[in-house]
Amino acid sequence: MANLNIKKSKENGLRTLLSGKGFFGLSLAVPAFLAVFILVFVPFINSLWLSFQRYDLARPQNNAFIGLGNYVNLLSDPRFLGSLKASAIFSLVSVAFELVLGIGIALVLNKKFIGQGFVRGLIILPWAMPAVVNAAMWKWIFNADYGALNALVTQLGIVQEYQIWLANPVSAMALLILANVWKETAFTAILVLAALQGIPDVFYESARVDGANAWHQFRHITLPMITSVVMVAGLLQVIWGFHHPFELAYIVTGGGPYSTTELIPLRIYAQTFRSLRFGYGASIAYLTSLLLLIPAVFYIRNAYKKVVEV
Amino acid sequence: MSARLRKLFLYFLVFLIVIWTIAPFVWLIISSFSYKVDLLSVPLKWIPSRVTIENYQQLFMHEGNFNVNAALFSKSTMNSMIIAFTTTFLAMFLGVLAAYALARVKFPGSNVYMGTMMGAQMIPPIAIVIPLYVILRQLNIYDTHFGLILVYLSFVLPLVIWLMRSYFASIPAELEDAARIDGCTRLQALVKIVLPLSAPGLVSVFLFAFIASWNEYLYAFIYTNVNAKTLPVLIGEFSTKLGLEYLRIAAAGVIASLPPIILALLFSRYLVKGLTAGSVKA
Repeated sequence: MANLNIKKSKENGLRTLLSGKGFFGLSLAVPAFLAVFILVFVPFINSLWLSFQRYDLARPQNNAFIGLGNYVNLLSDPRFLGSLKASAIFSLVSVAFELVLGIGIALVLNKKFIGQGFVRGLIILPWAMPAVVNAAMWKWIFNADYGALNALVTQLGIVQEYQIWLANPVSAMALLILANVWKETAFTAILVLAALQGIPDVFYESARVDGANAWHQFRHITLPMITSVVMVAGLLQVIWGFHHPFELAYIVTGGGPYSTTELIPLRIYAQTFRSLRFGYGASIAYLTSLLLLIPAVFYIRNAYKKVVEV
Repeated sequence: MSARLRKLFLYFLVFLIVIWTIAPFVWLIISSFSYKVDLLSVPLKWIPSRVTIENYQQLFMHEGNFNVNAALFSKSTMNSMIIAFTTTFLAMFLGVLAAYALARVKFPGSNVYMGTMMGAQMIPPIAIVIPLYVILRQLNIYDTHFGLILVYLSFVLPLVIWLMRSYFASIPAELEDAARIDGCTRLQALVKIVLPLSAPGLVSVFLFAFIASWNEYLYAFIYTNVNAKTLPVLIGEFSTKLGLEYLRIAAAGVIASLPPIILALLFSRYLVKGLTAGSVKA
């Protein structure tokens, strides 16, 4: 029976392909598909091939196919492992803050108050700002001699003297995370706010009738209703935290002090464009992508289910 | 807690959210209008007693106090404009057609198609930077507007298709059927019936595409050198190279932020819709 169905759908597919309607659809959709395929997937496969080679522009006489050689080397490369750790800390701590703050902001903005529409629009500001301006802005704020951070914490009496924040590994990472959280929280807040608006008031009314207090309402109605959105936002932010903070780390700390904030994209950049070890750089990109594949697949399946439902 | 106290607490929280959201950017704006000496004072005064547009003038000043950075700044701003607008319109043209086909015409492989678009957004840019670099060099379009526009299509197109497909799907097909009974072709139905109805969707897609290409840094940083250098790359250079005034960087940062921020604040409704529909990274 199942076989028959598959056969039938195949025949249908072929028929629509050849009929005018299918051809029309294909001809509209193919140019964009080709563009994305050539610009994203061909290079992606190409760089997989590159990751199996020793490919140094500085020493081209040594270039050779070395199979998994680059990957084996990576596992005992302290700089790479350090970067992986830095990226993991950066990404996971950022996401934790983004989710807590994002949910908090969404809960507040879901209440009725004067100027609600204005404030809801305003929270999109950090999201819209160019990442490179965000980086330059925070670098200026963190400046040891004239920065607003030092002025603020000394005026509040938290510290006595101006500190060189970016020279200390712990505070450098913390501030890098702060700069990232400031920009990225809007995304989570907006998604969660939309989910909150989708919860029917009746749910809360009947809960109140049953005598549920605010915490119970949050725990048993709000939280279950926003869980899927929070999961999606969180997973996306983890992946982006590994893939996208190049300009932030490059400009604010430059990877320092002592490479403690040298996030993965920075390490790849250094290997590829400074040391000119193209093969090795490609293998870092691939290994990191593979490590992120597990949450990514989970996310794609989730999102895909939603698309099918539309 | 009494109702009044609760209300007060709510406004206090809203106040905190507003401060958290705007304080860093407001400080950037204040810095950009300040004299250097005023900002070097300890303890720092948060509201300076006088303002100046000197930091902005220096960005554009060509004659008199001529400097190379000024010429570079105007050129980079122009480059950013050309590249962001062209990318946006090209991506919208190709993407809208594809999205319409995906939403309306069942064709074999449309599931694979959407999966590909999804996957394209999951691939780390840095992983494809090297092969793309080689391609651009071989085609002789390294450091050109065209080269960067081509590269930008790689992340703007999936975004346009993803968002427009769900928008088209929400418009009832009966309207087009009626038009086609009256003798319209599919393409005419798209242009005359579907697109006007999709105006809000088109606005939000335009915003996402423009903001994403205007703000992009990594590709522009690697694929441009002199001719096609964009504003974000120039600002990156300002702030990593020594010897440049922080206040001038602040002024440049404010200028570079204005187009996306003004668009985002004016049309935040559309962006919120798009963000929730497509989970878009810009």
